[in-house]
Amino acid sequence: MSADSPGTISRDEVAHLARLARLAVTDRELDLFAGQLDVILGAVARVGEVARPGSDSGDIPPTSHAVPLVNVFRPDERRPGLTQEQALACAPAAEDGRFRVPQILGEEA
Amino acid sequence: MELTRLSAAALAEKIHSREVSAVEAAQAHLDRIAAVDGTVHAFLHVAGEAALESASLVDAALDAGTPPASPLAGVPLALKDVFTTSDMPTTCGSKILEGWRPPYDATVTARLRAAGITILGKTNMDEFAMGSSTEYSAYGPTRNPWDTTRIPGGSGGGSAAALAAFEAPLAIGTDTGGSIRQPAAMTGTVGVKPTYGGVSRYGLVACASSLDQGGPCARTVLDAALLHEIIGGYDPLDSTSINAPVPSVVEAVRAGASGDLSGVRVGVVRELGGEGYQPGVERAYRAAVERLEKLGAEVVEVSCPHFEYGLAAYYLILPSEVSSNLARFDAMRYGLRVAGGASAEEVMALTREAGFGPEVKRRIILGTYALSSGYYDAYYGQAQKVRTLIARDFAAAFEQADVLVSPTAPTTAFPMGDKVDDPLAMYLNDLATIPTNLAGIAAMSVPCGLAEEDGLPAGLQIMAPALGEAQMYRVGAAYEAARDADDDTPLIQRVPALEVSR
Repeated sequence: MSADSPGTISRDEVAHLARLARLAVTDRELDLFAGQLDVILGAVARVGEVARPGSDSGDIPPTSHAVPLVNVFRPDERRPGLTQEQALACAPAAEDGRFRVPQILGEEA
Repeated sequence: MELTRLSAAALAEKIHSREVSAVEAAQAHLDRIAAVDGTVHAFLHVAGEAALESASLVDAALDAGTPPASPLAGVPLALKDVFTTSDMPTTCGSKILEGWRPPYDATVTARLRAAGITILGKTNMDEFAMGSSTEYSAYGPTRNPWDTTRIPGGSGGGSAAALAAFEAPLAIGTDTGGSIRQPAAMTGTVGVKPTYGGVSRYGLVACASSLDQGGPCARTVLDAALLHEIIGGYDPLDSTSINAPVPSVVEAVRAGASGDLSGVRVGVVRELGGEGYQPGVERAYRAAVERLEKLGAEVVEVSCPHFEYGLAAYYLILPSEVSSNLARFDAMRYGLRVAGGASAEEVMALTREAGFGPEVKRRIILGTYALSSGYYDAYYGQAQKVRTLIARDFAAAFEQADVLVSPTAPTTAFPMGDKVDDPLAMYLNDLATIPTNLAGIAAMSVPCGLAEEDGLPAGLQIMAPALGEAQMYRVGAAYEAARDADDDTPLIQRVPALEVSR
């Protein structure tokens, strides 16, 4: 598919997106989500009807944030953060005062 | 009158005059929760002991002659389970955060504590605030006290149902696309989405950061205003917080309650009505507009032609932000980690699969798609332009009117299970509430009677420009006073009695 035909998404594409998003979805979910996402994309593709590049409203600036803000700085002062104990209190696994994580690289690496 | 039936303002008066103790007030609400929450399921966590302890501190201070810490000191409140609390779990309605005890309080939590408000517990919600019915909570749905076979709205269905079930006179919600206002409409309660940046997001677990806004929920407009002034205002810990005084909403409510709206221009939004709107909801809404006119308001029709693209833009912007924000749930530092994967990446994918529910997964996948190279311009980029067009529509409408009005939601509360497997049908609930989130302006829902076909509450939405809350509250209060004067009893007191278990 291409960006010219929004509103059509394949099961394979959903599987690829789920991998990118680190979701180990099941086959059943793939079947379900592919159909549902196709319907949703068909509806949201309407945004392309307005403000299309080259159209009258093509030069509309995008809004990423409702309230116009310039950079916000705080004073560069030391202040207490979480203690090591607090930071690790809800960790799934901790060892020697550090987060214990599974191996970062897979077998093939 | 039973303590649980009182408004927060009336209860506070009794507590501050020492007619009732804060502990008695807390206990009455804890007893009510014990009696009805088995049916309603508004709460995910009830903090009975902590609530009584906090209330006893308020009593001790008042007994010692110290003035109340705030106008609501000693009044119980139900807190949406998306704000961090250092002494209670914070789950966001998700299995991925089951049992999580945050190491810090949200600013909203801290301000409630400082005001002497008794936090009764944490309320149920759609997982990470994604949903319009509270059926996407991983811990089971909340039921609407008006009809327990129906949804209470969402995502803040727990907070709204707690109010309508008289389990708490005050609650806190969050509104990303209508999650305070739509449940308020469905339960006959009042819900306010403040101007974006009006209430700190520090410690509010993010759904879509550019849209999320915490706000007050109550049974009366005055109670919402009192709570608004406590939780609102600048917070250096939230860099998008507005550095300006909180609008004087309590004063505005007192002015509005006198019932004179002469000189106020009310704009009826032409595009928010008609097809897709339940006839009884539209009739209740039109009667509300007539009532505003009788109070002296000048009613004009305004057109916001780009609102019809609001839903589409929202369901691209929100999932995009969600896909990024929820990447933090990686099974490494806190939250769930499932066994089975060999590498960190596998553990992450298996944990997120097990810990997230279907709606969260759908939106993460949709957002990942919308932000993908090749689709970004067609989807996310276009949606951001629509956001500009909607903000311009509002700006033009506010040239003609001081506040805008519409029905809050297109329908009354629908039966449980009706839309849970049809995401697009669920999204349509947010049709009338989404434009204000995209533009970052203020809006509220005030109950406007019962729809004649099903006898369930409908909501009047009142919208105001950024930081224009005072005018909005004034109109809401005037409407509420006129409505209650015409009816025999306030609308909320007409909730059918719930079966009580002892």
